[in-house]
Amino acid sequence: MHAARLALVVAVGSFRRYATYRVATVAGVVTNTAFGFILAFTFTALWSERPRLGGYDLPQALAFVWIGQALLAATALMGGGAENELQGRIRSGDVAVDLYRPADLQLWWLAADLGRAAFQLLGRGVVPLAVGALAFPLALPTTPLPWLLFLTSVTLGVVVGFALRYLVVLTSFWLLDGSGVSAMSGLLGVFFSGMLLPLTLFPGAFGETVRLLPWSSMLQVPADVLLEVRQGPDAARALGFQALWALALLGAGRLLQRVAIRRVVVQGG
Amino acid sequence: MELIELDGLEKVFTVRRSAGRLRRTRHEVRAVDGISCTVRRGEMVGYIGPNGAGKSTTIKMLTGILTPSGGRLRVAGIDPARERTRLAGRIGVVFGQRTTLWWDLPLRDSYALVRRLYRVPEARYRANLERCVELLDLAPLLHVPVRQLSLGQRMRGDIAAALLHDPEVLYLDEPTIGLDVVSKAKVRGFLREVNAERGTTVLLTTHDLGDIEQLCDRVMVIDHGRLVHDGGLDALHAAGESERVLVVDLERPTAPIAVPGARFVRADGPRQWLAFPAAASAAPVLAAIAARYPLADLSVREPDIEQVIARLYTEGRDGGAGPSGRG
Repeated sequence: MHAARLALVVAVGSFRRYATYRVATVAGVVTNTAFGFILAFTFTALWSERPRLGGYDLPQALAFVWIGQALLAATALMGGGAENELQGRIRSGDVAVDLYRPADLQLWWLAADLGRAAFQLLGRGVVPLAVGALAFPLALPTTPLPWLLFLTSVTLGVVVGFALRYLVVLTSFWLLDGSGVSAMSGLLGVFFSGMLLPLTLFPGAFGETVRLLPWSSMLQVPADVLLEVRQGPDAARALGFQALWALALLGAGRLLQRVAIRRVVVQGG
Repeated sequence: MELIELDGLEKVFTVRRSAGRLRRTRHEVRAVDGISCTVRRGEMVGYIGPNGAGKSTTIKMLTGILTPSGGRLRVAGIDPARERTRLAGRIGVVFGQRTTLWWDLPLRDSYALVRRLYRVPEARYRANLERCVELLDLAPLLHVPVRQLSLGQRMRGDIAAALLHDPEVLYLDEPTIGLDVVSKAKVRGFLREVNAERGTTVLLTTHDLGDIEQLCDRVMVIDHGRLVHDGGLDALHAAGESERVLVVDLERPTAPIAVPGARFVRADGPRQWLAFPAAASAAPVLAAIAARYPLADLSVREPDIEQVIARLYTEGRDGGAGPSGRG
């Protein structure tokens, strides 16, 4: 109860701090919208040449593009999660200050990242998707259920994304400068989430594999839920898949965190 | 009652150093090398020493974020490394060069977070915040994002944040570093007030001896991980064999003044500097000079605590134990 309340205060604070950067938000919206147009034209060319590519028709493919642009900031696929700050704190040694507070480090940063994602979903997601829907025929649902499932799926996707990036950040306890690992994980994220091309386009064993990796939780799964490609029991399975990855990766983060803190506490970092 | 107890406290770091292309040698650095002392409830103690002496390492062990390699340590009866979270509610910590405040948000939001973090009852929180705001002049700053605060304002904000949960001990690591004279005075005044009003025990490290002179009745000097002095400021003067300095202006340049009881230091034209023990009277020295030299003017400089401490540090470096190592 105490932890939940504290997490809420941290999340609300994080939401508000991201909300203070209005110009950055506007710039981000413009970028996402511009990229949405470029990708939408590319996908139109692709799909007119090869209709039903990856099992999507053109309105679905275009919706995929704009969902991707709407989620790009919220899932921090290309970096920019709340834990970036933690990375700086580890490098400067400020993390010592965080350790003497009576709060769990992972829970603290998870709450901060959820607050950030909530702001970026609203601040940077809604406008690009609306613009896309006005400019192109998108296959978006008109009933509330798929939207609700979509929001649940996005939330789980944000948690999976955080859990992955938290593992990456913890490596800076050993590497001191984690920016190389972060850049690499960003590249992996862009490709394996489906941001570059929907993962359903990849055939064979490779396609099977990439759809089972955690990154698919961050775009492919939420998009399929909203496009109603996965509905009913299949949608439930999709959410379960995300939840499993979230738990597994958060668990791994806890283990690594324990080792990292022990290292700091014994060796002074 | 003893609030902080250190008994033979040690911290040894293992440092790897590359020797040659592939070989690496390990060697030990004894950052804290057997410190024993106790601090009573309500004391204000200055903890000083040159850079790298082991001050911050000690503070980190006292907060529980660093595990000692040897010796015994208790703060309010708690072993800090074992029960870091339980101890957290009873101590307040301010690292001068690090902030616990939320960078992009108004000060007020950080305080609301502290309240949740330490589960401070509403009424208590309000009373404490009101008192801090009044004494530290924070009222105009509560709605300002922390990143827009000046260093002095931020420091005051951090100190208030460390006190909202009524800690019994307040550790301050260089609380006045980089502050201007007015901000320093405010911070010092506030710390005196908190100590007198609530009996909060204060342990502060500093390089600013003004902090020590104005706040602390007790000074611990640490060098190379060892306690080289523990006692009052006057004891420090005695230990450091302080000298007062007589600045003599003569009517014309002369040979170095030689009178019993004083030591010639240097000369600059008609002005000469002479040193004599702080405990001795200046009168006989003065009389001797006036009788034998063309005296125009003179002044006496009181012993400088900085020099005393500088001498303690250099003695430590030469390998000799400090003159009054009680630890």
